[in-house]
Amino acid sequence: MGFDQFGVISFTSATKTEKFVELLQDSKLSGTVCKSCGAKFFPPRSDCSLCLSDEMDWFEINGPGELISYTTAMYAPAGFENDVPYTLGVAEFPEGVKVFGRLDKAISDDQLKAGMKIRIKTVNAGEGRVSYELCAA
Amino acid sequence: MAKVAVIGVGQSAFVRAYPGSIRELAFEAFRDAMKDAGIKSQQIDASVICSAPEYDKQRTPAGLMAEYLGLNPQPTFYVESVCSSSSSGLRTAYALVASGLHDVVMVLGFQKMSEISSAESQERMGRGADIQWEAPFGTMMPAYYAMYARGHFEKYGTTEEDLALIRVKSSTYGVINEKAVFRKSLDLAKIMEPKYIATPLKMYDCCANADGSSCMILASEEKAKELCSNPVWIRGLGMATAPINMAGRDTFSGLKCAQLAAKRAYEMAGIGPKDIDVAEVHDCFTIAEMMAYEDLGFAEPGKGKDLIRNKETYKEGRIPVNVDGGLLSKGHPIGATGGSQIRTIVMQLRGTAGDMQVPNAKVGLVHNIGGVGIYGNVSIFSAE
Repeated sequence: MGFDQFGVISFTSATKTEKFVELLQDSKLSGTVCKSCGAKFFPPRSDCSLCLSDEMDWFEINGPGELISYTTAMYAPAGFENDVPYTLGVAEFPEGVKVFGRLDKAISDDQLKAGMKIRIKTVNAGEGRVSYELCAA
Repeated sequence: MAKVAVIGVGQSAFVRAYPGSIRELAFEAFRDAMKDAGIKSQQIDASVICSAPEYDKQRTPAGLMAEYLGLNPQPTFYVESVCSSSSSGLRTAYALVASGLHDVVMVLGFQKMSEISSAESQERMGRGADIQWEAPFGTMMPAYYAMYARGHFEKYGTTEEDLALIRVKSSTYGVINEKAVFRKSLDLAKIMEPKYIATPLKMYDCCANADGSSCMILASEEKAKELCSNPVWIRGLGMATAPINMAGRDTFSGLKCAQLAAKRAYEMAGIGPKDIDVAEVHDCFTIAEMMAYEDLGFAEPGKGKDLIRNKETYKEGRIPVNVDGGLLSKGHPIGATGGSQIRTIVMQLRGTAGDMQVPNAKVGLVHNIGGVGIYGNVSIFSAE
Protein backbone atom coordinates (compact mmCIF):
# COMPACT_ATOMS: atom_id res chain seq x y z
CA MET A 1 0.00 0.00 0.00
CA GLY A 2 1.38 3.37 -1.04
CA PHE A 3 1.18 6.81 0.44
CA ASP A 4 -1.70 7.72 -1.86
CA GLN A 5 -3.86 5.65 0.52
CA PHE A 6 -3.23 8.06 3.43
CA GLY A 7 -6.03 10.35 4.64
CA VAL A 8 -9.38 11.27 3.12
CA ILE A 9 -7.61 12.56 0.02
CA SER A 10 -3.87 12.23 -0.52
CA PHE A 11 -2.09 14.85 -2.56
CA THR A 12 1.18 12.90 -2.50
CA SER A 13 1.68 9.62 -4.36
CA ALA A 14 5.29 8.75 -3.64
CA THR A 15 7.47 9.40 -0.61
CA LYS A 16 10.41 7.63 0.97
CA THR A 17 8.42 7.69 4.22
CA GLU A 18 5.60 5.54 2.87
CA LYS A 19 6.26 2.86 5.48
CA PHE A 20 4.32 5.27 7.72
CA VAL A 21 1.10 3.96 6.14
CA GLU A 22 2.03 0.32 6.76
CA LEU A 23 2.88 1.08 10.39
CA LEU A 24 -0.37 3.01 10.76
CA GLN A 25 -2.35 -0.01 9.53
CA ASP A 26 -0.63 -1.92 12.30
CA SER A 27 -2.05 0.73 14.72
CA LYS A 28 1.30 2.42 15.19
CA LEU A 29 1.61 6.18 14.70
CA SER A 30 5.28 6.64 13.95
CA GLY A 31 7.86 9.33 13.49
CA THR A 32 11.46 9.00 12.38
CA VAL A 33 14.63 9.31 14.44
CA CYS A 34 18.00 10.05 12.84
CA LYS A 35 20.41 7.12 13.25
CA SER A 36 23.34 9.48 13.14
CA CYS A 37 22.43 12.35 15.50
CA GLY A 38 19.27 11.12 17.25
CA ALA A 39 17.01 13.99 16.14
CA LYS A 40 13.34 13.01 16.27
CA PHE A 41 10.80 14.04 13.65
CA PHE A 42 7.06 14.09 13.31
CA PRO A 43 5.76 14.18 10.67
CA PRO A 44 8.40 11.64 9.65
CA ARG A 45 11.18 12.70 7.32
CA SER A 46 13.67 10.67 5.33
CA ASP A 47 16.45 13.24 5.55
CA CYS A 48 17.95 14.85 8.65
CA SER A 49 18.18 18.64 8.31
CA LEU A 50 20.53 18.81 11.30
CA CYS A 51 23.31 16.38 10.27
CA LEU A 52 22.30 15.64 6.63
CA SER A 53 22.08 11.88 7.21
CA ASP A 54 19.53 9.88 5.23
CA GLU A 55 19.49 6.93 7.62
CA MET A 56 16.42 6.87 9.81
CA ASP A 57 14.74 4.52 12.25
CA TRP A 58 11.04 4.56 13.06
CA PHE A 59 9.76 5.25 16.56
CA GLU A 60 6.25 4.89 17.89
CA ILE A 61 4.21 7.68 19.44
CA ASN A 62 2.13 6.19 22.25
CA GLY A 63 1.24 9.13 24.44
CA PRO A 64 -0.97 9.97 26.04
CA GLY A 65 -0.56 13.47 24.67
CA GLU A 66 -2.23 16.72 25.52
CA LEU A 67 -4.46 18.76 23.20
CA ILE A 68 -2.96 22.22 22.58
CA SER A 69 -5.52 23.81 20.26
CA TYR A 70 -8.43 22.83 18.03
CA THR A 71 -11.19 24.10 15.77
CA THR A 72 -14.40 22.69 14.39
CA ALA A 73 -14.64 23.32 10.66
CA MET A 74 -18.19 24.03 9.45
CA TYR A 75 -17.07 24.35 5.84
CA ALA A 76 -14.60 22.22 3.95
CA PRO A 77 -12.38 22.44 0.91
CA ALA A 78 -13.34 20.68 -2.32
CA GLY A 79 -13.52 16.91 -1.80
CA PHE A 80 -14.17 17.06 1.96
CA GLU A 81 -17.68 18.60 1.91
CA ASN A 82 -19.41 15.41 3.10
CA ASP A 83 -17.33 15.28 6.26
CA VAL A 84 -18.38 18.57 7.92
CA PRO A 85 -18.51 19.40 10.70
CA TYR A 86 -15.15 17.96 11.74
CA THR A 87 -12.66 19.02 14.37
CA LEU A 88 -8.95 19.54 13.69
CA GLY A 89 -6.37 19.90 16.40
CA VAL A 90 -2.77 19.70 17.51
CA ALA A 91 -1.58 17.64 20.46
CA GLU A 92 1.80 17.49 22.17
CA PHE A 93 3.22 14.07 23.07
CA PRO A 94 5.76 13.03 25.71
CA GLU A 95 7.88 11.49 22.92
CA GLY A 96 8.85 15.10 22.15
CA VAL A 97 6.71 15.70 19.09
CA LYS A 98 3.44 17.43 18.18
CA VAL A 99 0.80 15.74 16.05
CA PHE A 100 -1.78 17.47 13.85
CA GLY A 101 -4.94 15.66 12.77
CA ARG A 102 -8.68 15.25 13.05
CA LEU A 103 -10.32 14.58 16.39
CA ASP A 104 -12.58 11.61 17.07
CA LYS A 105 -16.23 12.62 16.58
CA ALA A 106 -17.05 10.73 19.79
CA ILE A 107 -15.41 13.53 21.82
CA SER A 108 -18.27 15.54 23.34
CA ASP A 109 -18.38 19.34 23.44
CA ASP A 110 -17.94 19.14 27.21
CA GLN A 111 -14.83 17.01 26.87
CA LEU A 112 -13.30 19.13 24.11
CA LYS A 113 -10.81 21.51 25.67
CA ALA A 114 -7.15 22.40 25.58
CA GLY A 115 -5.24 20.19 27.97
CA MET A 116 -7.45 17.11 27.48
CA LYS A 117 -5.52 13.83 27.31
CA ILE A 118 -5.15 12.39 23.83
CA ARG A 119 -4.26 9.03 22.36
CA ILE A 120 -3.98 8.12 18.70
CA LYS A 121 -6.26 5.67 16.94
CA THR A 122 -5.89 4.29 13.42
CA VAL A 123 -9.08 4.75 11.43
CA ASN A 124 -10.50 3.57 8.15
CA ALA A 125 -10.81 6.60 5.86
CA GLY A 126 -13.01 4.72 3.36
CA GLU A 127 -12.31 2.47 0.36
CA GLY A 128 -9.22 0.91 1.87
CA ARG A 129 -7.80 4.26 2.89
CA VAL A 130 -6.16 4.68 6.27
CA SER A 131 -5.81 7.65 8.58
CA TYR A 132 -5.44 8.45 12.27
CA GLU A 133 -7.52 10.38 14.74
CA LEU A 134 -6.86 12.13 18.01
CA CYS A 135 -9.11 10.43 20.62
CA ALA A 136 -9.83 11.00 24.30
CA ALA A 137 -7.29 9.00 26.35
CA MET B 1 23.36 50.81 3.35
CA ALA B 2 22.22 52.82 0.32
CA LYS B 3 18.91 54.66 0.68
CA VAL B 4 15.96 53.41 -1.36
CA ALA B 5 12.70 55.32 -1.84
CA VAL B 6 9.18 54.54 -2.95
CA ILE B 7 8.40 57.13 -5.62
CA GLY B 8 5.05 55.85 -6.88
CA VAL B 9 2.19 53.68 -5.64
CA GLY B 10 -1.08 52.51 -7.14
CA GLN B 11 -3.80 49.94 -6.85
CA SER B 12 -6.92 48.85 -8.65
CA ALA B 13 -10.25 48.82 -6.87
CA PHE B 14 -10.54 45.46 -5.10
CA VAL B 15 -13.68 43.73 -6.41
CA ARG B 16 -15.43 40.34 -6.18
CA ALA B 17 -15.06 39.62 -9.89
CA TYR B 18 -12.98 41.81 -12.18
CA PRO B 19 -14.55 42.06 -15.64
CA GLY B 20 -11.29 41.70 -17.55
CA SER B 21 -8.14 39.62 -17.89
CA ILE B 22 -5.16 39.51 -15.53
CA ARG B 23 -3.07 41.78 -17.76
CA GLU B 24 -5.84 44.39 -17.76
CA LEU B 25 -6.27 44.06 -14.00
CA ALA B 26 -2.52 44.59 -13.54
CA PHE B 27 -2.56 47.62 -15.80
CA GLU B 28 -5.00 49.42 -13.49
CA ALA B 29 -2.49 49.51 -10.63
CA PHE B 30 0.40 50.13 -13.02
CA ARG B 31 -1.29 53.16 -14.58
CA ASP B 32 -2.08 54.54 -11.13
CA ALA B 33 1.53 54.13 -9.90
CA MET B 34 3.12 55.46 -13.11
CA LYS B 35 0.96 58.59 -13.00
CA ASP B 36 1.80 58.94 -9.33
CA ALA B 37 5.54 58.72 -10.05
CA GLY B 38 5.23 60.78 -13.24
CA ILE B 39 7.51 58.47 -15.24
CA LYS B 40 7.36 56.44 -18.46
CA SER B 41 7.85 52.68 -18.95
CA GLN B 42 11.32 53.18 -20.45
CA GLN B 43 12.50 54.70 -17.17
CA ILE B 44 11.87 51.43 -15.30
CA ASP B 45 15.05 49.38 -15.24
CA ALA B 46 13.55 46.09 -14.06
CA SER B 47 10.27 44.65 -12.77
CA VAL B 48 9.31 42.12 -10.12
CA ILE B 49 5.93 40.44 -10.63
CA CYS B 50 4.12 38.87 -7.66
CA SER B 51 1.09 36.60 -7.29
CA ALA B 52 0.14 33.19 -5.97
CA PRO B 53 0.47 31.01 -9.06
CA GLU B 54 -2.24 28.46 -8.25
CA TYR B 55 -4.93 30.95 -9.28
CA ASP B 56 -3.35 31.80 -12.61
CA LYS B 57 -4.18 29.94 -15.78
CA GLN B 58 -1.33 31.85 -17.40
CA ARG B 59 1.98 30.12 -16.96
CA THR B 60 4.92 32.45 -16.11
CA PRO B 61 2.92 35.66 -15.64
CA ALA B 62 6.03 37.89 -15.37
CA GLY B 63 6.66 37.55 -19.10
CA LEU B 64 3.07 38.43 -19.92
CA MET B 65 3.03 41.44 -17.61
CA ALA B 66 6.36 42.82 -18.86
CA GLU B 67 4.99 42.78 -22.39
CA TYR B 68 1.59 44.32 -21.60
CA LEU B 69 3.05 47.03 -19.35
CA GLY B 70 5.59 47.99 -22.01
CA LEU B 71 8.58 46.80 -20.00
CA ASN B 72 10.43 44.78 -22.66
CA PRO B 73 13.35 44.33 -23.00
CA GLN B 74 14.15 45.14 -19.36
CA PRO B 75 14.70 42.28 -16.85
CA THR B 76 11.61 40.82 -15.18
CA PHE B 77 10.96 37.86 -12.92
CA TYR B 78 8.45 36.39 -10.53
CA VAL B 79 8.47 36.39 -6.71
CA GLU B 80 6.04 34.40 -4.57
CA SER B 81 5.37 33.97 -0.86
CA VAL B 82 1.58 33.50 -1.09
CA CYS B 83 -0.27 36.27 0.78
CA SER B 84 2.93 38.25 1.38
CA SER B 85 4.20 37.97 -2.19
CA SER B 86 4.32 41.68 -2.92
CA SER B 87 6.13 42.44 0.36
CA SER B 88 8.68 39.84 -0.67
CA GLY B 89 8.71 41.66 -4.02
CA LEU B 90 9.50 44.89 -2.17
CA ARG B 91 12.34 43.14 -0.37
CA THR B 92 13.71 41.85 -3.67
CA ALA B 93 13.39 45.21 -5.41
CA TYR B 94 15.06 46.95 -2.48
CA ALA B 95 18.05 44.64 -2.85
CA LEU B 96 18.21 45.27 -6.60
CA VAL B 97 18.33 49.03 -6.04
CA ALA B 98 20.49 49.11 -2.89
CA SER B 99 23.08 46.91 -4.59
CA GLY B 100 23.39 49.42 -7.41
CA LEU B 101 22.32 46.85 -10.01
CA HIS B 102 19.29 48.94 -11.02
CA ASP B 103 18.13 52.51 -10.31
CA VAL B 104 14.35 52.21 -10.76
CA VAL B 105 12.48 48.95 -10.10
CA MET B 106 8.75 48.30 -10.27
CA VAL B 107 6.92 45.74 -8.10
CA LEU B 108 3.56 44.60 -9.37
CA GLY B 109 1.23 42.33 -7.38
CA PHE B 110 -1.98 40.92 -8.76
CA GLN B 111 -4.56 38.20 -8.21
CA LYS B 112 -7.72 37.29 -10.04
CA MET B 113 -9.28 34.86 -7.57
CA SER B 114 -12.65 34.85 -9.33
CA GLU B 115 -11.22 32.58 -12.02
CA ILE B 116 -12.10 29.65 -9.75
CA SER B 117 -14.96 28.80 -7.33
CA SER B 118 -14.79 29.62 -3.64
CA ALA B 119 -14.55 25.91 -2.70
CA GLU B 120 -11.76 25.37 -5.23
CA SER B 121 -10.11 28.45 -3.85
CA GLN B 122 -10.32 27.03 -0.30
CA GLU B 123 -8.88 23.75 -1.54
CA ARG B 124 -5.93 25.59 -3.10
CA MET B 125 -5.46 27.59 0.09
CA GLY B 126 -5.47 24.33 2.07
CA ARG B 127 -2.69 23.19 -0.20
CA GLY B 128 -0.77 26.30 0.87
CA ALA B 129 -0.14 24.18 3.96
CA ASP B 130 1.75 20.86 4.01
CA ILE B 131 0.07 18.76 1.32
CA GLN B 132 1.74 15.53 2.39
CA TRP B 133 0.88 15.53 6.09
CA GLU B 134 -1.95 18.03 6.67
CA ALA B 135 -4.09 18.56 3.58
CA PRO B 136 -5.31 14.89 3.68
CA PHE B 137 -7.34 15.86 6.79
CA GLY B 138 -9.26 18.60 4.95
CA THR B 139 -7.45 21.77 5.95
CA MET B 140 -8.20 25.35 5.01
CA MET B 141 -6.99 28.78 6.04
CA PRO B 142 -9.88 29.69 8.39
CA ALA B 143 -9.36 26.44 10.35
CA TYR B 144 -5.65 27.13 10.83
CA TYR B 145 -6.19 30.69 12.04
CA ALA B 146 -9.07 29.39 14.18
CA MET B 147 -6.58 27.16 16.02
CA TYR B 148 -4.52 30.26 16.75
CA ALA B 149 -7.68 32.03 17.95
CA ARG B 150 -8.45 29.13 20.30
CA GLY B 151 -4.83 29.15 21.47
CA HIS B 152 -5.01 32.90 22.15
CA PHE B 153 -8.35 32.55 23.99
CA GLU B 154 -6.99 29.73 26.17
CA LYS B 155 -3.76 31.50 27.05
CA TYR B 156 -4.95 35.08 27.47
CA GLY B 157 -8.71 35.07 27.99
CA THR B 158 -9.39 36.87 24.72
CA THR B 159 -13.03 36.51 23.61
CA GLU B 160 -15.07 36.28 20.43
CA GLU B 161 -16.35 39.76 21.22
CA ASP B 162 -12.78 41.12 21.31
CA LEU B 163 -12.29 39.78 17.78
CA ALA B 164 -15.64 41.24 16.72
CA LEU B 165 -14.47 44.68 17.91
CA ILE B 166 -11.66 44.45 15.38
CA ARG B 167 -14.21 43.89 12.62
CA VAL B 168 -16.27 46.84 13.87
CA LYS B 169 -13.18 49.03 13.46
CA SER B 170 -12.43 47.56 10.05
CA SER B 171 -15.92 48.29 8.76
CA THR B 172 -15.73 51.85 10.09
CA TYR B 173 -12.88 52.51 7.67
CA GLY B 174 -14.02 50.18 4.88
CA VAL B 175 -17.01 52.48 4.46
CA ILE B 176 -14.72 55.39 3.52
CA ASN B 177 -12.27 53.46 1.31
CA GLU B 178 -13.47 53.67 -2.26
CA LYS B 179 -11.08 50.87 -3.30
CA ALA B 180 -12.53 48.39 -0.76
CA VAL B 181 -14.74 45.46 -1.73
CA PHE B 182 -16.77 45.53 1.51
CA ARG B 183 -18.09 49.02 2.26
CA LYS B 184 -21.07 48.30 4.53
CA SER B 185 -21.08 49.42 8.13
CA LEU B 186 -21.28 46.49 10.57
CA ASP B 187 -22.36 46.63 14.20
CA LEU B 188 -21.27 44.32 16.98
CA ALA B 189 -24.58 42.38 17.04
CA LYS B 190 -24.34 41.58 13.33
CA ILE B 191 -20.73 40.45 13.61
CA MET B 192 -21.56 38.28 16.65
CA GLU B 193 -24.29 36.31 14.80
CA PRO B 194 -23.22 32.67 15.25
CA LYS B 195 -22.42 31.93 11.62
CA TYR B 196 -19.35 29.82 12.33
CA ILE B 197 -16.85 29.05 9.60
CA ALA B 198 -14.29 27.31 11.82
CA THR B 199 -14.91 27.76 15.54
CA PRO B 200 -14.40 30.27 17.12
CA LEU B 201 -14.15 32.25 13.86
CA LYS B 202 -17.43 33.42 12.35
CA MET B 203 -18.28 34.83 8.96
CA TYR B 204 -17.26 38.38 9.74
CA ASP B 205 -13.98 37.31 11.32
CA CYS B 206 -12.86 36.34 7.82
CA CYS B 207 -11.82 38.51 4.90
CA ALA B 208 -13.26 37.95 1.44
CA ASN B 209 -11.50 36.75 -1.66
CA ALA B 210 -11.14 39.53 -4.20
CA ASP B 211 -9.63 40.44 -7.53
CA GLY B 212 -7.13 43.24 -7.47
CA SER B 213 -3.71 44.60 -8.30
CA SER B 214 -1.14 46.84 -6.67
CA CYS B 215 2.01 48.52 -7.88
CA MET B 216 5.00 50.31 -6.33
CA ILE B 217 7.97 51.99 -7.93
CA LEU B 218 11.27 52.07 -6.07
CA ALA B 219 14.24 54.28 -6.83
CA SER B 220 17.78 54.91 -5.65
CA GLU B 221 18.39 58.02 -3.55
CA GLU B 222 19.83 59.92 -6.51
CA LYS B 223 16.98 58.97 -8.87
CA ALA B 224 14.35 59.58 -6.21
CA LYS B 225 15.57 63.12 -5.66
CA GLU B 226 15.67 63.72 -9.40
CA LEU B 227 12.21 62.30 -10.15
CA CYS B 228 10.12 62.81 -7.04
CA SER B 229 9.16 65.71 -4.77
CA ASN B 230 7.75 63.52 -1.98
CA PRO B 231 9.68 60.24 -1.78
CA VAL B 232 8.94 57.86 1.08
CA TRP B 233 12.01 56.05 2.35
CA ILE B 234 12.36 52.37 3.17
CA ARG B 235 13.91 52.29 6.65
CA GLY B 236 13.64 48.72 7.80
CA LEU B 237 12.89 45.37 6.18
CA GLY B 238 12.49 42.25 8.31
CA MET B 239 11.56 38.83 7.07
CA ALA B 240 11.38 35.51 8.89
CA THR B 241 9.85 32.08 8.36
CA ALA B 242 8.32 29.32 10.48
CA PRO B 243 7.65 25.62 9.81
CA ILE B 244 4.84 25.11 7.30
CA ASN B 245 3.53 22.18 9.36
CA MET B 246 1.52 22.99 12.51
CA ALA B 247 3.36 20.17 14.30
CA GLY B 248 6.49 22.31 14.01
CA ARG B 249 5.02 25.39 15.69
CA ASP B 250 6.06 26.21 19.24
CA THR B 251 3.05 28.34 20.14
CA PHE B 252 -0.56 28.89 19.03
CA SER B 253 -0.98 32.36 20.54
CA GLY B 254 1.24 34.40 18.23
CA LEU B 255 3.15 34.12 14.96
CA LYS B 256 6.87 33.55 15.47
CA CYS B 257 7.71 34.66 11.93
CA ALA B 258 6.04 38.03 12.59
CA GLN B 259 7.81 38.49 15.92
CA LEU B 260 11.21 37.84 14.34
CA ALA B 261 10.49 39.91 11.23
CA ALA B 262 9.43 42.83 13.43
CA LYS B 263 12.58 42.55 15.53
CA ARG B 264 14.75 42.64 12.41
CA ALA B 265 12.84 45.54 10.85
CA TYR B 266 13.02 47.62 14.04
CA GLU B 267 16.76 46.90 14.36
CA MET B 268 17.44 47.93 10.76
CA ALA B 269 15.41 51.12 11.19
CA GLY B 270 16.98 51.82 14.58
CA ILE B 271 13.57 52.41 16.17
CA GLY B 272 11.00 50.56 18.28
CA PRO B 273 7.23 49.98 18.33
CA LYS B 274 6.61 53.26 20.17
CA ASP B 275 8.00 55.19 17.21
CA ILE B 276 5.37 53.91 14.76
CA ASP B 277 2.68 56.49 13.93
CA VAL B 278 0.48 54.33 11.70
CA ALA B 279 0.44 50.64 10.76
CA GLU B 280 -1.09 48.30 8.22
CA VAL B 281 -1.30 44.73 9.51
CA HIS B 282 -2.30 41.50 7.82
CA ASP B 283 -5.86 41.03 9.10
CA CYS B 284 -6.92 38.15 6.87
CA PHE B 285 -8.83 37.13 10.01
CA THR B 286 -9.63 39.22 13.08
CA ILE B 287 -7.37 36.99 15.20
CA ALA B 288 -4.49 37.82 12.85
CA GLU B 289 -4.82 41.52 13.70
CA MET B 290 -5.08 40.71 17.41
CA MET B 291 -1.84 38.70 17.27
CA ALA B 292 -0.19 41.41 15.16
CA TYR B 293 -0.74 43.97 17.95
CA GLU B 294 1.33 41.74 20.21
CA ASP B 295 3.82 40.34 17.68
CA LEU B 296 4.74 43.90 16.61
CA GLY B 297 5.12 45.11 20.19
CA PHE B 298 2.18 47.56 20.13
CA ALA B 299 0.90 45.63 23.16
CA GLU B 300 2.46 43.13 25.55
CA PRO B 301 1.59 39.48 24.80
CA GLY B 302 -2.03 38.94 25.88
CA LYS B 303 -2.79 42.66 26.08
CA GLY B 304 -3.88 43.11 22.47
CA LYS B 305 -7.49 42.90 23.57
CA ASP B 306 -7.04 46.03 25.70
CA LEU B 307 -5.87 47.98 22.64
CA ILE B 308 -9.06 47.25 20.71
CA ARG B 309 -11.36 47.52 23.76
CA ASN B 310 -9.96 51.02 24.38
CA LYS B 311 -10.06 51.94 20.69
CA GLU B 312 -6.31 52.60 20.74
CA THR B 313 -5.98 51.30 17.18
CA TYR B 314 -8.58 53.69 15.76
CA LYS B 315 -7.41 56.73 13.79
CA GLU B 316 -7.56 58.91 16.92
CA GLY B 317 -5.90 56.30 19.12
CA ARG B 318 -2.33 55.72 20.32
CA ILE B 319 -1.39 53.45 17.40
CA PRO B 320 -3.79 53.58 14.43
CA VAL B 321 -3.97 50.21 12.64
CA ASN B 322 -5.65 49.43 9.32
CA VAL B 323 -7.44 52.74 9.02
CA ASP B 324 -8.06 51.89 5.35
CA GLY B 325 -10.30 48.96 6.41
CA GLY B 326 -7.56 46.34 6.20
CA LEU B 327 -7.95 43.04 4.39
CA LEU B 328 -11.23 42.44 6.20
CA SER B 329 -12.89 45.31 4.34
CA LYS B 330 -10.66 45.81 1.32
CA GLY B 331 -10.67 42.13 0.40
CA HIS B 332 -7.56 39.99 -0.02
CA PRO B 333 -6.36 39.47 -3.61
CA ILE B 334 -3.38 37.39 -2.45
CA GLY B 335 -0.53 38.71 -4.58
CA ALA B 336 -1.77 42.32 -4.52
CA THR B 337 -2.32 42.66 -0.77
CA GLY B 338 1.16 43.68 0.41
CA GLY B 339 1.43 46.36 -2.25
CA SER B 340 -1.96 47.73 -1.24
CA GLN B 341 -0.85 47.92 2.40
CA ILE B 342 2.34 49.70 1.36
CA ARG B 343 0.35 52.12 -0.82
CA THR B 344 -1.76 53.08 2.18
CA ILE B 345 1.31 53.74 4.33
CA VAL B 346 3.01 55.77 1.58
CA MET B 347 -0.11 57.94 1.28
CA GLN B 348 -0.25 58.33 5.06
CA LEU B 349 3.38 59.46 5.20
CA ARG B 350 2.85 61.91 2.34
CA GLY B 351 -0.21 63.28 4.12
CA THR B 352 -2.48 62.44 1.17
CA ALA B 353 -4.70 59.74 2.72
CA GLY B 354 -7.82 61.94 2.74
CA ASP B 355 -10.51 60.87 5.23
CA MET B 356 -8.21 58.08 6.43
CA GLN B 357 -5.30 60.42 7.21
CA VAL B 358 -3.62 60.04 10.58
CA PRO B 359 -2.42 63.54 11.54
CA ASN B 360 1.36 64.07 11.42
CA ALA B 361 2.19 60.47 10.48
CA LYS B 362 5.97 60.36 9.97
CA VAL B 363 6.83 56.67 10.44
CA GLY B 364 4.68 53.80 9.16
CA LEU B 365 4.83 50.02 9.35
CA VAL B 366 3.50 47.22 7.15
CA HIS B 367 2.99 43.66 8.50
CA ASN B 368 2.24 41.17 5.72
CA ILE B 369 2.00 37.44 6.44
CA GLY B 370 2.14 34.56 3.95
CA GLY B 371 0.16 31.41 4.73
CA VAL B 372 -0.63 30.86 8.38
CA GLY B 373 2.63 32.34 9.59
CA ILE B 374 4.92 30.58 7.12
CA TYR B 375 6.35 33.86 5.81
CA GLY B 376 6.45 37.08 7.82
CA ASN B 377 7.40 40.40 6.25
CA VAL B 378 7.56 43.60 8.30
CA SER B 379 8.55 46.80 6.50
CA ILE B 380 9.11 50.26 7.98
CA PHE B 381 8.86 53.50 6.03
CA SER B 382 9.42 57.15 6.85
CA ALA B 383 8.69 60.48 5.23
CA GLU B 384 12.21 61.78 5.83
